[in-house]
Amino acid sequence: MANRSTPGPPSLATLFLSFLTIGSTSFGGGLLGWIRRELVERRRWIDDQQFLVCYGLSQMVPGATNVNLSVIIGTQLRGVPGALAAVAGLLLVPLAILLALGTLYFAAHGVPGSRLINAALAGAGAAAIGFNLATGIRLAQHNVRRVGPALVAGAIIIGIGIMRIPLLEVLLVMLPASLAVTLAERAR
Amino acid sequence: MMAPLLQIAAMFSLLSLLAFGGGAAVLPDMQRQAVEVHHWVTSREFLDMFALSRAIPPGSMIVVLIGQQAAGILGGLVALLAMFGPSSLLAFAVGRLWHRAGGAVWRETLEQALAPVSIGVTIASGIALARSTEHDWATYAVTAATTLLLALTRLHPLSVMGAGAVFLTVAGG
Repeated sequence: MANRSTPGPPSLATLFLSFLTIGSTSFGGGLLGWIRRELVERRRWIDDQQFLVCYGLSQMVPGATNVNLSVIIGTQLRGVPGALAAVAGLLLVPLAILLALGTLYFAAHGVPGSRLINAALAGAGAAAIGFNLATGIRLAQHNVRRVGPALVAGAIIIGIGIMRIPLLEVLLVMLPASLAVTLAERAR
Repeated sequence: MMAPLLQIAAMFSLLSLLAFGGGAAVLPDMQRQAVEVHHWVTSREFLDMFALSRAIPPGSMIVVLIGQQAAGILGGLVALLAMFGPSSLLAFAVGRLWHRAGGAVWRETLEQALAPVSIGVTIASGIALARSTEHDWATYAVTAATTLLLALTRLHPLSVMGAGAVFLTVAGG
């Protein structure tokens, strides 16, 4: 397993703390962006290419994509203990806050209605969507430089984003298509 | 006490394996099971729980609230384990298989093919999410501005997201 000019694998404690930071900062959304920022840009444990592969694999498995991504990256860095450390770190703070919110909710028999809180949540949510979009654009700048891959990415954006075709159906068509494009390029 | 815990474990493990494309895919099924089949929560409570948990990472955390309502905090923890456990095991198996393939040619080819697909899905999911949750110019403006700022500058995401929250509170509140 080549380390592709990245520093050695982190200790389990560092890995846990890293994912604890990711889980604590990603309230409101943008989790994918936070994971890439922490692991690729700040820690340099994996590069963009490895991140993309892990993300691609995590999408092909059912379940919450970001949890799958944490499992796969954690496994790649430190095996089974790494996967457990990553997921535990990711979930600890959100779980504690959610259990507290739930307890408050059941005690108050409803959400104490506040237009301001709803508006602020909507604003953070809209910005978080922008964070994920920006992450996609940054990844594209480094990894989609030829016509074939650009057409594949573009078709998926139109299929899911504009035409609203379900992800699974798009993947069933576009994964083989992308493979064909890659093989054609390699043959040349 | 055991019966609801077992039901929670069974229901969410099944949903975990059906959630292709993420937890949102099984939300309608989850609602039907929790509200109509098991009567753990009312329709109204389900919507409240969805709103409460929507902003909490890493997604699908509504299962904790449903489990909590059905069988207390233990129920919430069982729901969380059931929702993330089975899919995580699958992810682990796939990741390990990939890792073991080392520098095999088929793996390199697949990696190259996977990259534009992942990027396409990332951008497409953002657009689809914006279209299903945003309905006015102010919200769209926040998403567009954030996208540009974070793609082109080195600003910290939290400051940009904070600005988005403040802007909508002022513009929309």
